[in-house]
Amino acid sequence: MPLATFWFILVAVLWAGFFVLEGFDLGVGMLHMLVARDEPGRRAAINTIGPLWDGNEVWLIVAAAAMFAAFPDWYATMFSALYLALVLLLVGLIVRGVSFEFRGKVDNPRWRRTWDLLLTCGSVLVPFLTGIALGDLLHGLPIGQDREFSGSFGDLFPPYAVFTGITLVLLCLLHGATFIALKTTGGVRSRASLLARRLAPFTALAVLAFLPWTHTTAGKGVLPDIIQLLAALAVLAAAWLVLGRHDGWAFVATTCTMATTILSIFTNLYPRVMVSSTNPAYSLTVDNSASGNYTLKVMSIVAIVLFPVVLAYQSWTYHVFRLRVSPDQFSVPSEPTPE
Amino acid sequence: MSQLDLARLQFAMTSIYHFLFVPVTIGLGFLTALLQTAWHRSGRADHLRLTRFFGTLLVINIAVGVVTGLVQEFQFGMDWSGYSRTVGDVFGAPLAMEGLAAFFLESTFLGLWLFGWDRLPKRVHLATIWAVALGGALSAAFIMAANSWMQRPVGYAINSATGRPQLNDVWALFTNPVFLRGYLHVLLASLVTGAVVMLAVSAWQLRKGSTPEVFGASARLALFVLVPALMLAMLVGSELGVTEGKYQPMKIAGAEAQWTTCQPCSFSLIQVGGGKNDQTPTKIVAVPHLLSLLATNHWNGKVLGLDQVQSQYQQQYGPGDYVPNIFIQYWSMRVMAYLAVVVLLVGLWGLWLVRRGTLGTSRWFQRAAVWVVVLPFLMNTAGWLLTENGRQPWIVQGLQLTRNGVSPSISTSTVAISILVFFLLYAALAVVEAILMTRYARMEPAPPPAEDASVPALTY
Ligand code: HDD
Ligand code: HEM
Ligand code: HEM
Repeated sequence: MPLATFWFILVAVLWAGFFVLEGFDLGVGMLHMLVARDEPGRRAAINTIGPLWDGNEVWLIVAAAAMFAAFPDWYATMFSALYLALVLLLVGLIVRGVSFEFRGKVDNPRWRRTWDLLLTCGSVLVPFLTGIALGDLLHGLPIGQDREFSGSFGDLFPPYAVFTGITLVLLCLLHGATFIALKTTGGVRSRASLLARRLAPFTALAVLAFLPWTHTTAGKGVLPDIIQLLAALAVLAAAWLVLGRHDGWAFVATTCTMATTILSIFTNLYPRVMVSSTNPAYSLTVDNSASGNYTLKVMSIVAIVLFPVVLAYQSWTYHVFRLRVSPDQFSVPSEPTPE
Repeated sequence: MSQLDLARLQFAMTSIYHFLFVPVTIGLGFLTALLQTAWHRSGRADHLRLTRFFGTLLVINIAVGVVTGLVQEFQFGMDWSGYSRTVGDVFGAPLAMEGLAAFFLESTFLGLWLFGWDRLPKRVHLATIWAVALGGALSAAFIMAANSWMQRPVGYAINSATGRPQLNDVWALFTNPVFLRGYLHVLLASLVTGAVVMLAVSAWQLRKGSTPEVFGASARLALFVLVPALMLAMLVGSELGVTEGKYQPMKIAGAEAQWTTCQPCSFSLIQVGGGKNDQTPTKIVAVPHLLSLLATNHWNGKVLGLDQVQSQYQQQYGPGDYVPNIFIQYWSMRVMAYLAVVVLLVGLWGLWLVRRGTLGTSRWFQRAAVWVVVLPFLMNTAGWLLTENGRQPWIVQGLQLTRNGVSPSISTSTVAISILVFFLLYAALAVVEAILMTRYARMEPAPPPAEDASVPALTY
C-alpha cells in the first residue's frame, strides 16, 4: 500500500477514534444537567468521564497533527478555509475543558450552574462544528487552483454539512446517554436510560438518512457500500438494544455506529481529501497533498511503534475505571478542600 | 494594522498566554512527583498533604494549559497556511510526534493520577505522576525541536519541483545545537518557574503560620531546586546566546543594539534610545568585553553589527529590511537577565535562612518570596520575545519570510474577530484561574486521612 494511503487511513481512524471516545463524553457533557436534578447526581454523571475525557480529546489533536505532518496542503487549506468555524469550535473546546475542572472548585450554586451551562453548550458546539467540517470536506468548498479557499463564511454551511453536524450531535447524545446508563446507578441511571430510549429512534432516522446522502454527495448513487451497510445495521441494532434496555450491548452498538458513520465519510472521500466545488480538478487528493516519502516513512515508524502503546495504556485506564459511579459517593456536600 | 500584523499579534498573544501555564506544569509536575516520592519513602502524613495540596494547584493550572494548547495546534493552519503548506513536510513531523508521544501520555496519566488514589496500588499510583511529569518534559522536547528548526533549519533539501523544503534527516532535528541548548534552557526555566510558585505559596502559608512544619518542608524543597536550576539556566542561557550569535547574528546584534561591528564589544547595562532610527544610543553604563564574552565566549570576540549583517543579507537574499525590532530585542534580553539576578538573590537569601534555621520566622523573606512569583512569568515572556522577535522578518530563518507565511485567503476583519474572541475568553480565564489559584493556595491543606483509611481520589 502506498504510504500516503496508509496515512489517509490513519487520519480516518484517528477521527473515528476521536468520535467514538470523545463522543460519549460529549454526550455526557450535553446531558449531565438532564440526567440529574441534584448535585450528587450531576457529579456522578461528570465523574464517569472524569479520568477519561482529557485523554480522549488528544485524539483530535493528534488527528490534526497527523494531517499537518502527512498532508500539509490538506491541513493548510482546511484549517484556513474553516477559520471562523474553528474559532467557534475552539471556544467550545475551551469552555468545556475548563468547566470540568472549575465547576466543583467553588461551593456556590450559581458558580456551578454557570459552568454546567457552559459545559452543556460547549459539548453541543464541538460535535456540531466538527461534523460541519467533515461534511464540508466531502461536499466541497470553493477552492481555487492555488488551493486557497475563495468563498465566504456562508459557504461553510451547505445543507449536507449542517446535517452531518446534526447527525453527529444526535449520535453523541445517544452514545453518551447509553454510557451514563452503563456507568451509573440509581436515579441517574434510570433517567439516562429513559433519555436513551427517547433519543434512539431520532438518531436511527438521522443516521439512516445521512448514509445515502453521503453516498450521493460523493456521486456514487443511493445504494450503500459495505461500511455504510454496517453503519445502518449498527444503528438499528443500537436502537433495538437501547429499547430492550441492554446497556452493555447497546453501548457496543453505538460505538460501532459512531465508528462506521465517520469512516463512511472518509471512504467516500478517498482518494480525494478535500473536494473543490469550483472545479473538481482543483480538489486536493491523497497524492497531490501528501508529504515526501521520507517524512511519511519516518512518521509511519513512529506511529507503528507508539500507537499500540497508547492504545494499551488507554485501554488500561478504561479497565481501572470500569466500576459504576454512584450518586451516593457524592452525597456529602462538596466542601472545597485543597487536598 | 494589516492582516499580517494582526496574525502576528494573535500568535504572540496566544503563545505567550499558553506559555504562562506550560512552565508551571512542567516544573510543578516534577516537584509534585518529588513530593509524592518523598511520601512513598517516608510515609509521613505531611508529605501526603503537600503532594495533594500542590497537586491540586497543578491540575487547576493544567486545565488552562491544555485548552490554550489546542488553539496553538490549530493556528498554524488557520493563520499561517502559507507557512504550513511550505514547511509542513518538515515541521509537521515533530508536532505529530508530540501528540503521539507526549500529549497522550500526559493526559491519560493525569486522569489516572487524579482519580486513581483509591484504585491503584501505591507504587503504580506514584508511577502515574512521574508519567505526567515525563509527558510534560517530552512535549516541550518536540515543540522545541520544531521551533529550533525555525531558528536554524537543518535536515532538509529543497524539492526542485515544488520549491519546498523536504525532510531528509529527522535525526538532525534533534541534534540541532539550537535545540539541544534551547530545550535545556526551557526545562531549567520551567523548574525555576515551578519552584518559585511553590516557594511563594509556601511562604504565604508560613506567614499565616497555620502549619509551619508542613510548609517549611515545601519551602526548603523549592529552594533546593530553585537555586541550582536558576544558576544552570543562566549558564545555559549564555551558551544559547553564543549559538544564536552564530546562526542568527541579527538576533544577538539586535539584543545589544549594536549597529556597527565591534571587537572587543562592551555590554550596556542600560541605554536610552537605540530604535530603528537611532544608531547611536546613549549607553549609560557599559561593561567592557562583556558582550564579546556573552556572544562569542571569547574575551576579545568580534560581534557583527546590524548594518553589516543587513548588507550581507541584502546580497544573499535580495533587497529588503532584515533588522528586527531593536527595542524589543534590547529590553527582552535585559528583563530576562536582570530579573534572573533578582530571583537568584532571593533564592540565596532563602538558603541562608534555611542554614540558620530561621526560614519559618523571617517575615521579610516571606513577604519578598510571595512577590517574586510574578518574575519567572516575566522572564519567560521576555525570553520568548527575544527568540521570536529576533527571528523577524523570517518565519523560518533564511527560508521563508513571515509575510509569505500568512494565510492569503483570510481577511483582516476575520483575524480581528478572532483576536477579539480569544482576548475576551483568555481574559476571563485569567480572572477565574487567578481567583482559584489564590483561593486554593491560601487554604489550609486537608488533614491527613486516618492511618488505615485509603486516600480518597481527587474527583471533580
Ligand atoms: C525563568 C526563566 C529564564 C531565566 C532565568 C533565563 N531565561 Fe533565557 N529564556 C527563557 C527563560 C529564562 C525562555 C522563556 O525559556 C527562553 C525563550 C526561548 C527559549 O529557548 O527559552 C529563553 C531564551 C533565551 C535566549 C534566546 C534563545 C533563542 O533566541 O533561541 C537567550 C540568548 C537567553 N535565553 C539567555 C539567557 C541568559 C543569558 C540568562 C541569564 C541571565 C537567561 N537566559 C535566564
Ligand atoms: C510558548 C512559547 C512561545 C512564545 C511565547 C512565542 C512568542 C511568539 C511571538 C511574540 C511571536 C511574534 C513575533 C513578532 O511578531 O515579532 C511569535 C511568532 C511565531 N512563533 Fe512563536 N512563541 C512561542 C513558541 C513557538 C513555538 C514552539 C513555535 C513553533 C513550534 C512558534 C512558532 C511561531 C510562528 C509560526 C510565529 C508566527 C510568525 C511570526 O510572527 O514570526 N512559536 N511567537
Ligand atoms: C506554539 C506552538 C505550540 C503548540 C502547537 C502547542 C500545542 C499544545 C497542545 C495541543 C496542548 C494540549 C495537549 C493536551 O491536551 O494534553 C499543549 C499543552 C502543553 N504544551 Fe504546548 N504548544 C505550543 C507551545 C509550547 C511550548 C513552547 C512548550 C514548552 C516548551 C509547550 C509545552 C506544553 C506542555 C508541557 C503542555 C501540557 C499542558 C500544560 O502544560 O498545561 N507548548 N500544547
